[in-house]
Amino acid sequence: MGDLFRYEFMVHAFEAGTIVAIVAGTIGYFVVLRGSAFAAHALSHIGFAGATGAVVLALNPIFGLLAFTLGAGVAIGALGNRLRSRDVTIGIVLAWTLGLGVLFISLYRGYATEAYALLFGEILGISANDVIVTLVAGVITVIAVVAIYRPLLFSSVDEDLAAAKGVPVTALSIAFMAVLAVAVTEAVQVVGVLLIFALIVTPAAIAVRFTSRPSVAIAVGVALALAFTWVGLTIAFYSPHPVSFFITTLAFATYLAVRVAEPVRARLSRASAGGTA
Amino acid sequence: MTAPAAIVAHDLGAGYGSRPVWSHANFSVPPGSFTAILGPNGSGKSTLVRLILGLLTPSAGTLEVLGERPARGNPRIGYVPQGSHFDPELSVRGRDFVGLGVDGHRWGVRVTGRARVATAVDASIASVSAGEYAERQLGRLSGGEQQRLLLAQALVGQPELLLLDEPLSHLDVRNQQAIVQLISDVARERSLTVLLIAHDVNPLLSHIDHVLYVAHGRLAMGRPDEIITSESLSSIYSSPVEVLRDSRGRVFVVGLEEEVSHPHG
Repeated sequence: MGDLFRYEFMVHAFEAGTIVAIVAGTIGYFVVLRGSAFAAHALSHIGFAGATGAVVLALNPIFGLLAFTLGAGVAIGALGNRLRSRDVTIGIVLAWTLGLGVLFISLYRGYATEAYALLFGEILGISANDVIVTLVAGVITVIAVVAIYRPLLFSSVDEDLAAAKGVPVTALSIAFMAVLAVAVTEAVQVVGVLLIFALIVTPAAIAVRFTSRPSVAIAVGVALALAFTWVGLTIAFYSPHPVSFFITTLAFATYLAVRVAEPVRARLSRASAGGTA
Repeated sequence: MTAPAAIVAHDLGAGYGSRPVWSHANFSVPPGSFTAILGPNGSGKSTLVRLILGLLTPSAGTLEVLGERPARGNPRIGYVPQGSHFDPELSVRGRDFVGLGVDGHRWGVRVTGRARVATAVDASIASVSAGEYAERQLGRLSGGEQQRLLLAQALVGQPELLLLDEPLSHLDVRNQQAIVQLISDVARERSLTVLLIAHDVNPLLSHIDHVLYVAHGRLAMGRPDEIITSESLSSIYSSPVEVLRDSRGRVFVVGLEEEVSHPHG
Protein backbone atom coordinates (compact mmCIF):
# COMPACT_ATOMS: atom_id res chain seq x y z
CA MET A 1 0.00 0.00 0.00
CA GLY A 2 2.93 2.30 0.77
CA ASP A 3 3.90 2.39 -2.89
CA LEU A 4 0.53 3.78 -3.82
CA PHE A 5 1.12 7.30 -2.53
CA ARG A 6 4.83 7.51 -3.35
CA TYR A 7 3.92 8.84 -6.77
CA GLU A 8 2.50 12.33 -7.07
CA PHE A 9 0.17 11.33 -9.89
CA MET A 10 -1.44 8.72 -7.64
CA VAL A 11 -1.92 11.26 -4.85
CA HIS A 12 -3.60 13.65 -7.27
CA ALA A 13 -5.73 10.82 -8.67
CA PHE A 14 -6.95 9.91 -5.19
CA GLU A 15 -7.61 13.56 -4.32
CA ALA A 16 -9.59 14.29 -7.49
CA GLY A 17 -11.30 10.90 -7.40
CA THR A 18 -12.46 11.49 -3.84
CA ILE A 19 -13.92 14.92 -4.64
CA VAL A 20 -15.65 13.63 -7.76
CA ALA A 21 -17.07 10.59 -5.95
CA ILE A 22 -18.59 12.79 -3.25
CA VAL A 23 -20.15 15.12 -5.83
CA ALA A 24 -21.35 12.31 -8.11
CA GLY A 25 -22.83 10.31 -5.24
CA THR A 26 -24.71 13.34 -3.94
CA ILE A 27 -26.17 14.57 -7.22
CA GLY A 28 -26.75 10.98 -8.38
CA TYR A 29 -29.55 10.48 -5.86
CA PHE A 30 -31.55 13.27 -7.45
CA VAL A 31 -30.72 12.05 -10.96
CA VAL A 32 -32.25 8.67 -10.07
CA LEU A 33 -35.18 10.18 -8.14
CA ARG A 34 -36.07 12.52 -11.02
CA GLY A 35 -35.63 9.87 -13.68
CA SER A 36 -32.98 12.04 -15.33
CA ALA A 37 -30.42 9.30 -15.98
CA PHE A 38 -30.66 9.79 -19.73
CA ALA A 39 -30.28 13.56 -19.35
CA ALA A 40 -27.12 13.01 -17.27
CA HIS A 41 -25.75 10.62 -19.87
CA ALA A 42 -26.60 13.03 -22.68
CA LEU A 43 -24.97 15.98 -20.89
CA SER A 44 -21.62 14.23 -20.86
CA HIS A 45 -21.83 13.38 -24.55
CA ILE A 46 -22.91 16.89 -25.48
CA GLY A 47 -19.98 18.09 -23.39
CA PHE A 48 -17.68 15.96 -25.55
CA ALA A 49 -18.38 18.23 -28.54
CA GLY A 50 -17.54 21.26 -26.42
CA ALA A 51 -14.33 19.69 -25.19
CA THR A 52 -13.12 18.68 -28.66
CA GLY A 53 -14.11 22.14 -29.95
CA ALA A 54 -11.96 23.72 -27.25
CA VAL A 55 -9.04 21.48 -28.25
CA VAL A 56 -9.36 22.69 -31.85
CA LEU A 57 -9.27 26.28 -30.57
CA ALA A 58 -6.21 25.40 -28.45
CA LEU A 59 -8.13 25.99 -25.22
CA ASN A 60 -8.31 23.78 -22.14
CA PRO A 61 -10.94 21.14 -23.03
CA ILE A 62 -12.47 21.46 -19.56
CA PHE A 63 -13.80 24.92 -20.45
CA GLY A 64 -15.43 23.68 -23.67
CA LEU A 65 -16.85 20.76 -21.73
CA LEU A 66 -18.26 23.03 -19.03
CA ALA A 67 -19.71 25.52 -21.54
CA PHE A 68 -21.54 22.84 -23.52
CA THR A 69 -22.82 20.85 -20.53
CA LEU A 70 -24.00 24.05 -18.83
CA GLY A 71 -25.76 25.27 -21.99
CA ALA A 72 -27.38 21.90 -22.59
CA GLY A 73 -28.23 21.51 -18.89
CA VAL A 74 -30.04 24.83 -18.75
CA ALA A 75 -31.92 24.00 -21.97
CA ILE A 76 -32.93 20.53 -20.72
CA GLY A 77 -33.96 22.02 -17.37
CA ALA A 78 -36.15 24.55 -19.15
CA LEU A 79 -37.91 21.70 -20.96
CA GLY A 80 -39.26 20.72 -17.55
CA ASN A 81 -39.33 17.42 -15.76
CA ARG A 82 -42.73 16.12 -16.80
CA LEU A 83 -42.53 16.62 -20.56
CA ARG A 84 -43.06 13.21 -22.11
CA SER A 85 -41.14 14.09 -25.27
CA ARG A 86 -38.16 15.37 -23.29
CA ASP A 87 -35.92 12.34 -23.83
CA VAL A 88 -36.60 12.38 -27.57
CA THR A 89 -35.62 16.05 -27.77
CA ILE A 90 -32.48 15.41 -25.73
CA GLY A 91 -31.58 12.46 -27.96
CA ILE A 92 -31.91 14.53 -31.11
CA VAL A 93 -29.63 17.26 -29.76
CA LEU A 94 -27.24 14.61 -28.44
CA ALA A 95 -26.86 12.97 -31.87
CA TRP A 96 -26.14 16.31 -33.50
CA THR A 97 -23.53 17.37 -30.93
CA LEU A 98 -21.76 14.01 -31.24
CA GLY A 99 -21.60 14.73 -34.97
CA LEU A 100 -20.00 18.08 -34.11
CA GLY A 101 -17.55 16.22 -31.87
CA VAL A 102 -16.53 14.00 -34.76
CA LEU A 103 -15.95 17.07 -36.92
CA PHE A 104 -13.81 18.74 -34.26
CA ILE A 105 -11.71 15.58 -33.79
CA SER A 106 -11.06 15.42 -37.52
CA LEU A 107 -9.99 19.09 -37.50
CA TYR A 108 -7.43 18.49 -34.81
CA ARG A 109 -4.33 16.64 -35.89
CA GLY A 110 -3.10 15.12 -32.67
CA TYR A 111 -6.57 14.00 -31.77
CA ALA A 112 -6.12 10.42 -30.66
CA THR A 113 -4.86 10.90 -27.10
CA GLU A 114 -6.98 13.97 -26.34
CA ALA A 115 -10.14 12.27 -27.58
CA TYR A 116 -9.28 9.07 -25.78
CA ALA A 117 -8.80 10.94 -22.50
CA LEU A 118 -12.13 12.70 -22.89
CA LEU A 119 -14.02 9.55 -23.78
CA PHE A 120 -12.55 7.24 -21.16
CA GLY A 121 -11.09 9.51 -18.51
CA GLU A 122 -7.53 10.41 -17.60
CA ILE A 123 -7.40 10.41 -13.85
CA LEU A 124 -3.75 9.41 -13.73
CA GLY A 125 -2.83 12.57 -15.66
CA ILE A 126 -4.38 15.04 -13.21
CA SER A 127 -2.14 17.91 -12.09
CA ALA A 128 -2.08 19.67 -8.72
CA ASN A 129 -3.76 22.59 -10.42
CA ASP A 130 -6.55 20.32 -11.76
CA VAL A 131 -7.13 19.08 -8.22
CA ILE A 132 -7.63 22.66 -6.98
CA VAL A 133 -10.08 23.38 -9.83
CA THR A 134 -11.94 20.13 -9.08
CA LEU A 135 -12.07 20.98 -5.40
CA VAL A 136 -13.52 24.45 -6.02
CA ALA A 137 -16.11 23.09 -8.47
CA GLY A 138 -16.90 20.24 -6.08
CA VAL A 139 -17.46 22.55 -3.12
CA ILE A 140 -19.71 24.78 -5.26
CA THR A 141 -21.85 21.85 -6.46
CA VAL A 142 -22.27 20.36 -2.99
CA ILE A 143 -23.19 23.78 -1.53
CA ALA A 144 -25.66 24.28 -4.39
CA VAL A 145 -27.31 20.90 -3.75
CA VAL A 146 -27.57 21.63 -0.03
CA ALA A 147 -29.09 25.05 -0.79
CA ILE A 148 -31.86 23.64 -3.00
CA TYR A 149 -32.22 20.31 -1.16
CA ARG A 150 -35.77 20.48 0.22
CA PRO A 151 -37.59 22.11 -2.70
CA LEU A 152 -35.63 19.90 -5.11
CA LEU A 153 -36.71 16.79 -3.21
CA PHE A 154 -40.27 18.10 -3.09
CA SER A 155 -40.50 18.84 -6.81
CA SER A 156 -38.79 15.52 -7.64
CA VAL A 157 -41.42 13.60 -5.66
CA ASP A 158 -44.50 15.55 -6.81
CA GLU A 159 -43.96 18.51 -9.12
CA ASP A 160 -47.62 19.66 -9.22
CA LEU A 161 -47.85 19.68 -5.47
CA ALA A 162 -44.54 21.50 -5.08
CA ALA A 163 -45.65 24.14 -7.59
CA ALA A 164 -48.90 24.69 -5.69
CA LYS A 165 -46.88 25.08 -2.48
CA GLY A 166 -44.95 27.93 -4.09
CA VAL A 167 -41.81 26.05 -5.18
CA PRO A 168 -40.44 27.60 -8.41
CA VAL A 169 -40.31 24.21 -10.15
CA THR A 170 -39.01 25.33 -13.56
CA ALA A 171 -36.26 27.51 -12.08
CA LEU A 172 -35.36 24.62 -9.82
CA SER A 173 -35.25 22.19 -12.73
CA ILE A 174 -32.85 24.54 -14.54
CA ALA A 175 -30.72 25.01 -11.42
CA PHE A 176 -30.52 21.26 -10.89
CA MET A 177 -29.43 20.60 -14.47
CA ALA A 178 -26.82 23.38 -14.20
CA VAL A 179 -25.41 21.79 -11.03
CA LEU A 180 -25.50 18.41 -12.76
CA ALA A 181 -23.59 19.91 -15.70
CA VAL A 182 -20.78 21.02 -13.40
CA ALA A 183 -20.77 17.60 -11.69
CA VAL A 184 -20.63 15.83 -15.05
CA THR A 185 -17.74 18.03 -16.17
CA GLU A 186 -15.83 17.04 -13.05
CA ALA A 187 -16.64 13.35 -13.37
CA VAL A 188 -15.45 13.27 -17.00
CA GLN A 189 -11.91 13.74 -15.71
CA VAL A 190 -12.14 10.48 -13.81
CA VAL A 191 -14.18 8.14 -15.99
CA GLY A 192 -14.63 10.04 -19.25
CA VAL A 193 -17.85 10.91 -21.05
CA LEU A 194 -18.73 7.36 -22.04
CA LEU A 195 -18.53 5.96 -18.53
CA ILE A 196 -20.19 8.74 -16.56
CA PHE A 197 -23.06 6.45 -15.55
CA ALA A 198 -20.74 4.39 -13.37
CA LEU A 199 -20.13 7.26 -10.94
CA ILE A 200 -23.30 9.36 -11.16
CA VAL A 201 -26.09 6.84 -11.71
CA THR A 202 -24.95 3.40 -10.52
CA PRO A 203 -24.08 4.25 -6.88
CA ALA A 204 -27.39 6.08 -6.39
CA ALA A 205 -29.34 3.33 -8.16
CA ILE A 206 -27.83 0.80 -5.76
CA ALA A 207 -28.42 3.05 -2.73
CA VAL A 208 -32.17 3.48 -3.35
CA ARG A 209 -32.52 -0.31 -3.32
CA PHE A 210 -31.29 -0.36 0.26
CA THR A 211 -33.06 2.58 1.79
CA SER A 212 -35.98 4.88 1.09
CA ARG A 213 -34.68 7.59 3.41
CA PRO A 214 -33.33 10.37 1.18
CA SER A 215 -30.45 11.44 3.45
CA VAL A 216 -29.35 7.82 4.02
CA ALA A 217 -29.60 7.08 0.28
CA ILE A 218 -27.30 10.01 -0.46
CA ALA A 219 -24.80 8.85 2.18
CA VAL A 220 -24.82 5.27 0.81
CA GLY A 221 -24.44 6.59 -2.76
CA VAL A 222 -21.42 8.70 -1.78
CA ALA A 223 -19.88 5.77 0.11
CA LEU A 224 -20.28 3.47 -2.89
CA ALA A 225 -18.88 6.04 -5.34
CA LEU A 226 -15.89 6.51 -3.01
CA ALA A 227 -15.38 2.75 -2.71
CA PHE A 228 -15.51 2.19 -6.48
CA THR A 229 -13.04 5.02 -7.09
CA TRP A 230 -10.55 4.11 -4.35
CA VAL A 231 -10.60 0.38 -5.00
CA GLY A 232 -10.50 0.96 -8.78
CA LEU A 233 -7.47 3.24 -8.47
CA THR A 234 -5.69 0.80 -6.17
CA ILE A 235 -6.21 -2.19 -8.44
CA ALA A 236 -5.23 -0.17 -11.50
CA PHE A 237 -1.98 0.86 -9.83
CA TYR A 238 -0.88 -2.77 -9.64
CA SER A 239 -2.18 -3.73 -13.07
CA PRO A 240 -1.55 -2.70 -16.66
CA HIS A 241 -5.25 -2.02 -17.32
CA PRO A 242 -7.03 1.36 -17.26
CA VAL A 243 -8.62 2.79 -14.08
CA SER A 244 -11.94 3.44 -15.83
CA PHE A 245 -12.32 -0.26 -16.51
CA PHE A 246 -11.96 -1.15 -12.84
CA ILE A 247 -14.26 1.62 -11.58
CA THR A 248 -17.03 0.76 -14.05
CA THR A 249 -16.63 -2.99 -13.46
CA LEU A 250 -16.82 -2.58 -9.69
CA ALA A 251 -19.95 -0.44 -10.11
CA PHE A 252 -21.58 -2.92 -12.45
CA ALA A 253 -20.65 -5.99 -10.38
CA THR A 254 -22.07 -4.39 -7.23
CA TYR A 255 -25.28 -3.44 -9.00
CA LEU A 256 -25.61 -6.94 -10.43
CA ALA A 257 -24.99 -8.55 -7.03
CA VAL A 258 -27.65 -6.35 -5.42
CA ARG A 259 -30.20 -7.12 -8.13
CA VAL A 260 -29.54 -10.85 -7.94
CA ALA A 261 -29.59 -10.88 -4.14
CA GLU A 262 -32.86 -8.97 -3.96
CA PRO A 263 -35.33 -11.71 -4.95
CA VAL A 264 -33.37 -14.19 -2.84
CA ARG A 265 -33.55 -11.87 0.18
CA ALA A 266 -37.26 -11.24 -0.44
CA ARG A 267 -37.94 -14.99 -0.61
CA LEU A 268 -35.97 -15.56 2.59
CA SER A 269 -37.84 -12.85 4.50
CA ARG A 270 -41.15 -14.15 3.17
CA ALA A 271 -40.21 -17.66 4.27
CA SER A 272 -39.27 -16.49 7.76
CA ALA A 273 -42.44 -14.35 7.98
CA GLY A 274 -44.46 -17.38 6.90
CA GLY A 275 -42.74 -19.46 9.56
CA THR A 276 -43.65 -17.14 12.40
CA ALA A 277 -47.23 -16.55 11.25
CA MET B 1 -74.24 36.19 12.10
CA THR B 2 -72.88 34.09 9.28
CA ALA B 3 -69.19 33.51 8.76
CA PRO B 4 -67.71 34.94 5.55
CA ALA B 5 -67.66 32.52 2.60
CA ALA B 6 -64.53 30.40 2.07
CA ILE B 7 -64.57 31.00 -1.67
CA VAL B 8 -66.46 33.68 -3.60
CA ALA B 9 -66.52 33.93 -7.40
CA HIS B 10 -67.95 36.96 -9.19
CA ASP B 11 -68.48 36.68 -12.92
CA LEU B 12 -65.34 34.54 -12.93
CA GLY B 13 -63.86 33.34 -16.20
CA ALA B 14 -60.91 31.05 -16.91
CA GLY B 15 -58.95 30.16 -19.99
CA TYR B 16 -55.55 29.26 -21.36
CA GLY B 17 -54.32 31.92 -23.75
CA SER B 18 -57.14 32.84 -26.07
CA ARG B 19 -59.06 29.61 -25.44
CA PRO B 20 -61.77 30.10 -22.83
CA VAL B 21 -62.55 27.12 -20.62
CA TRP B 22 -65.58 28.52 -18.82
CA SER B 23 -66.92 31.97 -17.98
CA HIS B 24 -69.50 33.98 -16.01
CA ALA B 25 -69.23 31.79 -12.94
CA ASN B 26 -70.93 33.09 -9.80
CA PHE B 27 -70.84 30.99 -6.68
CA SER B 28 -70.03 31.11 -3.00
CA VAL B 29 -68.70 28.21 -0.93
CA PRO B 30 -69.72 28.44 2.74
CA PRO B 31 -66.97 27.72 5.30
CA GLY B 32 -66.97 24.21 6.72
CA SER B 33 -68.95 22.82 3.79
CA PHE B 34 -68.15 19.82 1.63
CA THR B 35 -68.53 20.46 -2.10
CA ALA B 36 -68.14 17.98 -4.93
CA ILE B 37 -66.90 19.42 -8.23
CA LEU B 38 -68.42 17.35 -11.00
CA GLY B 39 -68.44 17.47 -14.76
CA PRO B 40 -67.16 15.71 -17.87
CA ASN B 41 -63.49 15.33 -18.75
CA GLY B 42 -61.91 18.51 -20.05
CA SER B 43 -64.71 20.73 -18.77
CA GLY B 44 -62.37 22.75 -16.56
CA LYS B 45 -62.67 21.24 -13.07
CA SER B 46 -58.92 21.24 -12.46
CA THR B 47 -58.78 24.72 -13.98
CA LEU B 48 -60.98 25.94 -11.14
CA VAL B 49 -58.61 24.32 -8.63
CA ARG B 50 -55.63 25.96 -10.35
CA LEU B 51 -57.34 29.35 -10.01
CA ILE B 52 -57.99 28.79 -6.30
CA LEU B 53 -54.35 27.76 -5.81
CA GLY B 54 -53.15 30.90 -7.59
CA LEU B 55 -51.39 28.86 -10.30
CA LEU B 56 -53.59 30.50 -12.94
CA THR B 57 -55.00 34.02 -12.99
CA PRO B 58 -58.67 34.57 -13.87
CA SER B 59 -59.31 35.73 -17.42
CA ALA B 60 -62.33 37.68 -16.14
CA GLY B 61 -64.12 38.54 -12.93
CA THR B 62 -62.90 38.15 -9.38
CA LEU B 63 -62.12 35.27 -7.07
CA GLU B 64 -61.66 35.46 -3.32
CA VAL B 65 -60.19 32.55 -1.37
CA LEU B 66 -60.42 32.68 2.44
CA GLY B 67 -60.93 36.42 2.20
CA GLU B 68 -57.84 37.02 0.08
CA ARG B 69 -56.86 37.08 -3.55
CA PRO B 70 -55.51 33.67 -4.58
CA ALA B 71 -51.75 33.39 -4.17
CA ARG B 72 -49.37 30.51 -4.84
CA GLY B 73 -48.13 28.69 -1.79
CA ASN B 74 -51.00 29.70 0.50
CA PRO B 75 -50.36 27.74 3.72
CA ARG B 76 -54.09 27.90 4.56
CA ILE B 77 -54.82 25.53 1.67
CA GLY B 78 -54.14 21.77 1.72
CA TYR B 79 -53.90 20.21 -1.73
CA VAL B 80 -53.87 16.76 -3.32
CA PRO B 81 -53.06 17.05 -7.04
CA GLN B 82 -54.62 15.02 -9.80
CA GLY B 83 -53.08 11.71 -10.79
CA SER B 84 -51.02 11.51 -7.64
CA HIS B 85 -50.02 7.91 -7.51
CA PHE B 86 -46.34 7.35 -7.17
CA ASP B 87 -43.88 5.49 -9.32
CA PRO B 88 -43.22 2.05 -7.75
CA GLU B 89 -39.49 2.81 -7.83
CA LEU B 90 -39.90 6.12 -6.01
CA SER B 91 -37.55 5.66 -3.10
CA VAL B 92 -39.01 8.01 -0.52
CA ARG B 93 -40.86 7.01 2.65
CA GLY B 94 -44.43 8.10 3.30
CA ARG B 95 -43.35 10.12 6.29
CA ASP B 96 -40.65 11.96 4.29
CA PHE B 97 -43.37 12.96 1.85
CA VAL B 98 -45.69 14.19 4.62
CA GLY B 99 -42.72 16.13 6.05
CA LEU B 100 -42.29 17.90 2.70
CA GLY B 101 -45.83 19.18 3.25
CA VAL B 102 -44.49 21.05 6.30
CA ASP B 103 -41.33 22.66 4.97
CA GLY B 104 -40.63 21.23 1.48
CA HIS B 105 -40.96 24.71 -0.01
CA ARG B 106 -38.16 26.12 2.15
CA TRP B 107 -34.59 26.39 0.87
CA GLY B 108 -31.71 24.40 2.27
CA VAL B 109 -31.78 21.33 4.45
CA ARG B 110 -33.84 20.94 7.61
CA VAL B 111 -31.50 22.12 10.35
CA THR B 112 -33.70 23.49 13.12
CA GLY B 113 -37.21 22.46 14.12
CA ARG B 114 -36.72 18.75 13.39
CA ALA B 115 -38.68 17.82 16.51
CA ARG B 116 -41.51 20.20 15.62
CA VAL B 117 -41.75 18.77 12.09
CA ALA B 118 -41.64 15.19 13.39
CA THR B 119 -44.47 15.93 15.85
CA ALA B 120 -46.64 17.51 13.15
CA VAL B 121 -45.91 14.62 10.73
CA ASP B 122 -46.73 11.96 13.35
CA ALA B 123 -49.98 13.70 14.29
CA SER B 124 -51.05 14.04 10.67
CA ILE B 125 -50.21 10.41 9.85
CA ALA B 126 -52.15 9.29 12.92
CA SER B 127 -55.16 11.40 11.89
CA VAL B 128 -55.51 9.38 8.67
CA SER B 129 -54.55 6.07 10.37
CA ALA B 130 -51.52 5.56 8.14
CA GLY B 131 -49.02 4.82 10.91
CA GLU B 132 -48.64 1.19 9.97
CA TYR B 133 -47.04 1.87 6.58
CA ALA B 134 -45.71 5.44 6.83
CA GLU B 135 -42.13 4.14 7.18
CA ARG B 136 -42.37 2.11 3.98
CA GLN B 137 -41.42 3.12 0.45
CA LEU B 138 -44.19 5.34 -0.93
CA GLY B 139 -44.18 3.85 -4.43
CA ARG B 140 -44.71 0.32 -3.11
CA LEU B 141 -47.91 1.16 -1.19
CA SER B 142 -51.43 0.43 -2.43
CA GLY B 143 -53.57 3.15 -4.01
CA GLY B 144 -55.62 3.56 -0.85
CA GLU B 145 -52.51 3.77 1.35
CA GLN B 146 -50.92 6.36 -0.96
CA GLN B 147 -54.13 8.38 -0.92
CA ARG B 148 -54.16 8.43 2.89
CA LEU B 149 -50.57 9.70 2.93
CA LEU B 150 -51.43 12.33 0.31
CA LEU B 151 -54.22 13.41 2.61
CA ALA B 152 -51.85 13.43 5.59
CA GLN B 153 -49.56 15.70 3.57
CA ALA B 154 -52.46 18.03 2.74
CA LEU B 155 -53.55 18.17 6.40
CA VAL B 156 -50.13 18.54 8.03
CA GLY B 157 -50.03 22.33 7.70
CA GLN B 158 -53.37 22.71 9.56
CA PRO B 159 -55.16 24.18 6.52
CA GLU B 160 -58.62 25.76 6.50
CA LEU B 161 -59.41 24.69 2.96
CA LEU B 162 -58.82 21.29 1.40
CA LEU B 163 -58.60 20.95 -2.40
CA LEU B 164 -58.65 17.35 -3.63
CA ASP B 165 -58.31 16.74 -7.36
CA GLU B 166 -59.79 13.32 -8.16
CA PRO B 167 -58.60 11.55 -5.01
CA LEU B 168 -60.91 8.61 -5.71
CA SER B 169 -60.13 7.87 -9.34
CA HIS B 170 -57.52 5.14 -8.78
CA LEU B 171 -59.40 3.37 -5.99
CA ASP B 172 -61.82 0.46 -5.84
CA VAL B 173 -65.30 1.04 -4.44
CA ARG B 174 -64.43 -0.07 -0.91
CA ASN B 175 -61.41 2.24 -0.73
CA GLN B 176 -63.41 5.09 -2.26
CA GLN B 177 -65.94 4.82 0.54
CA ALA B 178 -63.24 4.60 3.19
CA ILE B 179 -61.43 7.68 1.88
CA VAL B 180 -64.61 9.75 1.52
CA GLN B 181 -65.62 8.80 5.07
CA LEU B 182 -62.16 9.77 6.31
CA ILE B 183 -62.22 13.13 4.51
CA SER B 184 -65.70 13.81 5.81
CA ASP B 185 -64.77 12.94 9.41
CA VAL B 186 -61.55 14.95 9.42
CA ALA B 187 -63.30 17.93 7.82
CA ARG B 188 -66.09 17.96 10.39
CA GLU B 189 -63.64 17.59 13.27
CA ARG B 190 -61.53 20.53 12.10
CA SER B 191 -64.30 22.61 10.46
CA LEU B 192 -62.50 22.37 7.13
CA THR B 193 -63.97 23.56 3.87
CA VAL B 194 -63.55 20.76 1.31
CA LEU B 195 -63.65 20.94 -2.48
CA LEU B 196 -63.30 17.54 -4.09
CA ILE B 197 -63.19 16.83 -7.81
CA ALA B 198 -64.82 13.53 -8.73
CA HIS B 199 -65.98 11.64 -11.78
CA ASP B 200 -68.74 9.83 -9.98
CA VAL B 201 -70.93 11.53 -7.42
CA ASN B 202 -72.28 8.28 -5.96
CA PRO B 203 -69.64 7.54 -3.31
CA LEU B 204 -70.00 11.19 -2.19
CA LEU B 205 -73.78 11.59 -2.10
CA SER B 206 -74.31 11.01 1.61
CA HIS B 207 -71.43 13.31 2.60
CA ILE B 208 -71.60 16.43 0.45
CA ASP B 209 -73.44 19.68 1.09
CA HIS B 210 -73.07 21.13 -2.40
CA VAL B 211 -72.37 20.21 -5.96
CA LEU B 212 -70.45 22.49 -8.31
CA TYR B 213 -71.17 21.35 -11.84
CA VAL B 214 -68.71 22.31 -14.56
CA ALA B 215 -69.81 21.66 -18.15
CA HIS B 216 -70.34 23.41 -21.48
CA GLY B 217 -68.24 26.41 -20.45
CA ARG B 218 -70.41 27.14 -17.43
CA LEU B 219 -70.50 26.48 -13.69
CA ALA B 220 -73.58 25.79 -11.60
CA MET B 221 -73.70 25.30 -7.86
CA GLY B 222 -76.43 24.06 -5.54
CA ARG B 223 -77.54 21.30 -3.22
CA PRO B 224 -77.10 17.85 -4.77
CA ASP B 225 -80.85 17.18 -4.88
CA GLU B 226 -81.44 20.56 -6.55
CA ILE B 227 -78.69 20.34 -9.16
CA ILE B 228 -78.60 16.68 -10.05
CA THR B 229 -82.04 16.46 -11.64
CA SER B 230 -82.99 16.17 -15.31
CA GLU B 231 -84.86 19.49 -15.21
CA SER B 232 -82.21 21.57 -13.52
CA LEU B 233 -79.20 20.26 -15.49
CA SER B 234 -81.18 20.53 -18.76
CA SER B 235 -82.08 24.13 -18.04
CA ILE B 236 -78.59 25.12 -16.83
CA TYR B 237 -76.95 23.71 -19.92
CA SER B 238 -79.90 24.35 -22.29
CA SER B 239 -79.60 20.86 -23.68
CA PRO B 240 -81.40 17.64 -22.87
CA VAL B 241 -79.73 16.05 -19.84
CA GLU B 242 -81.15 13.00 -18.13
CA VAL B 243 -80.50 11.98 -14.55
CA LEU B 244 -81.22 8.31 -13.97
CA ARG B 245 -81.54 6.63 -10.60
CA ASP B 246 -81.15 2.89 -10.14
CA SER B 247 -82.82 0.71 -7.52
CA ARG B 248 -79.95 1.28 -5.08
CA GLY B 249 -80.31 5.05 -5.27
CA ARG B 250 -77.24 5.61 -7.42
CA VAL B 251 -77.47 8.46 -9.92
CA PHE B 252 -76.17 8.60 -13.47
CA VAL B 253 -75.98 11.78 -15.53
CA VAL B 254 -76.45 11.28 -19.26
CA GLY B 255 -76.20 13.91 -21.95
CA LEU B 256 -73.36 16.17 -20.82
CA GLU B 257 -70.43 14.04 -21.94
CA GLU B 258 -70.81 14.07 -25.71
CA GLU B 259 -70.69 17.77 -26.48
CA VAL B 260 -67.95 18.58 -24.04
CA SER B 261 -65.65 16.01 -25.54
CA HIS B 262 -65.02 18.60 -28.28
CA PRO B 263 -64.14 21.69 -26.27
CA HIS B 264 -62.05 23.15 -29.09
CA GLY B 265 -64.84 22.90 -31.69
